[in-house]
Amino acid sequence: MIELVLEERCSGCNACVEICPTNVLEIGSDSSPFIARQNECQTCFMCELYCVEDAIYVGPYCDRPDPVDRESILASGLLGELRRYHGWDEWAADPRYSNEHWQMEKVFLRARDMAICTAP
Amino acid sequence: MSNHRQDTLELTTDVLVIGGGLAGTWAASAARRTGASVILVDKGYCGTSGVTATAGPGHWWVPPDPAQLRENTIRNRLKTGFGLNDPEWMNRVLALTWESLPTLAEFYNFSNDENGVTQYRALRGPEYMRALRKLVDSLGVTVLDHSPALELLQHSDGSVSGACGIRRQKGGDWQVNAGAVVLATGGTSFLSRLLGSHTNTGDGYLMAAEAGAEFSGMEFTSYYTVAPNHSTMTRSMSYAFATYYDEDGVVIPMPPGPDTMRPLARALLKGRVFCDLHRTPEDIRAKVPVISPNFMLPFRRWGIDPYKDRFEITLHGEGTIRGIGGLRVVGWDCRTSVPGLFAAGDAATRELVAGAISGGGNINSAWAVSSGQWAGQGAARYARKHEAAGGGRPIGQAGLRPGSATRHVDLTAALAAVQREVLPYDKNIFRSGDRLEQSGTVLEDIWTEFHSHAAGNFQTVLRTRETAAMLTTARWCVASALARDESRGMHQRDDRPQTSARFNRRILVGGLQKVWTRTDPAPKPELAS
Repeated sequence: MIELVLEERCSGCNACVEICPTNVLEIGSDSSPFIARQNECQTCFMCELYCVEDAIYVGPYCDRPDPVDRESILASGLLGELRRYHGWDEWAADPRYSNEHWQMEKVFLRARDMAICTAP
Repeated sequence: MSNHRQDTLELTTDVLVIGGGLAGTWAASAARRTGASVILVDKGYCGTSGVTATAGPGHWWVPPDPAQLRENTIRNRLKTGFGLNDPEWMNRVLALTWESLPTLAEFYNFSNDENGVTQYRALRGPEYMRALRKLVDSLGVTVLDHSPALELLQHSDGSVSGACGIRRQKGGDWQVNAGAVVLATGGTSFLSRLLGSHTNTGDGYLMAAEAGAEFSGMEFTSYYTVAPNHSTMTRSMSYAFATYYDEDGVVIPMPPGPDTMRPLARALLKGRVFCDLHRTPEDIRAKVPVISPNFMLPFRRWGIDPYKDRFEITLHGEGTIRGIGGLRVVGWDCRTSVPGLFAAGDAATRELVAGAISGGGNINSAWAVSSGQWAGQGAARYARKHEAAGGGRPIGQAGLRPGSATRHVDLTAALAAVQREVLPYDKNIFRSGDRLEQSGTVLEDIWTEFHSHAAGNFQTVLRTRETAAMLTTARWCVASALARDESRGMHQRDDRPQTSARFNRRILVGGLQKVWTRTDPAPKPELAS
């Protein structure tokens, strides 16, 4: 579930409020987003993907809040990794993060071939 | 709902599309391309809502040449579909999917393989839905985000003439008077925590049933997908290399191939099940983050190395998402039996293409692309003959206009009770007549209470309607599973292990006050034009 919106990184673009499919965030009195309904979070990580400032952290638990220490999250390297692997925004031209989703079918075929090879 | 009339945004359009996921966006674009005016309403945000946005859909993808390729594909699928699917529908889906995906090139950056051949078949979910949002915006579709539909409008002649709902971020209500309506509201997982599925609560099923629509294939709703325990991450590719262990660390034998659901469910009924992915080849490990960027997120955040460490797994129910059932389609343009009402994607039955086993990602995505466009074009055609007009009556019942005195109904308890009947493996994967009978009784009792007394206010009306939708969807699933007094495809009855020629037909279901089932009289949908 969503655990943190880091105000020191947040630019107040409020894209997260707009794109959250389950309407978890709201715009606060300071025009910045805040987590208004954490229990509605479906742990889909879309807010992280759409946050160009890498200011949002979604925890891995989908069925309970799991408060985290903001300093250790800032130091963890986890912020922004989804957007980077997707090759969005400033990562778009980086060949390390080109979209290789099309290889999925080949992965399944490899698994099938391995199963055939190891079948008793 | 708010009672302030001045708070209602009232609009008129040729075609209203309810739901902005894969099927809804394809529907809206197809309707708009015929010249019709189109409004698309989404419960959340068109671009992230629905199960495609978090997934990585491949598509059913077979080249037209040589012709034997598609003929063989269809023949094989007829066998695995246990005779409930239809070769003509399959052929249409294969053809339209093949033509459609390359048209997205303006908005989706398709990859080339090592030989420079453009790969259209499989798209990453977030990029795919972002592209479709750009497409509908570029075509001039009016999109209302965060505007859940609550109920349909119906004329006295029975035709559907629009819908109304709430604007949950901007406040107030909306009403759209439309010449025709496409329901693209998705399936429902009964809020099982399947990734990305929590906007998919079966709302369209409830709304359509209130207009008199019927359903097909609702017994084929017993598909589950593996995920790390306490996680939504149902991305399944990497589990092709999984090794599973019981609580004592003993390897659980799995049949070769992708069908691990039933043995896993059996093991989970005995105790906790653990997994590692140590058999994954090194080169694939390196590629996983750029194939499925979200797959590693829970592991990295828990500090688990899934290629080395064992982690506990669970199975999340797919309900009618990777299940099959949905609104019955009675024409090539995906019309339902209600005039002016069309169905697309997981809101519609996928029996026509998938048959009695899961369509999985490939067939379901191809169905969404195709049925969306047929429904959009069909709705536009219908709207040309039946111009949008006011005067439609809002027809919502459960949760909006209770049958008797309004009183508090505990939504959380009602949902939990529904989930207890449709999600446990020993009730839904390993079915039996007596357990289904018991589930039916329990669900009828909840429905009677809910239908009689539940009524939401602006804050609670959406969750109230969603709960009613899941509740009545569960009733139809159970009734259909009882009516199919045999085992076939994903529907497996311990008490009726054989497949019986008596049931070589689709089973229809419907009804709100009283649930009914009957055998589909037509082996094929009526060829109404």
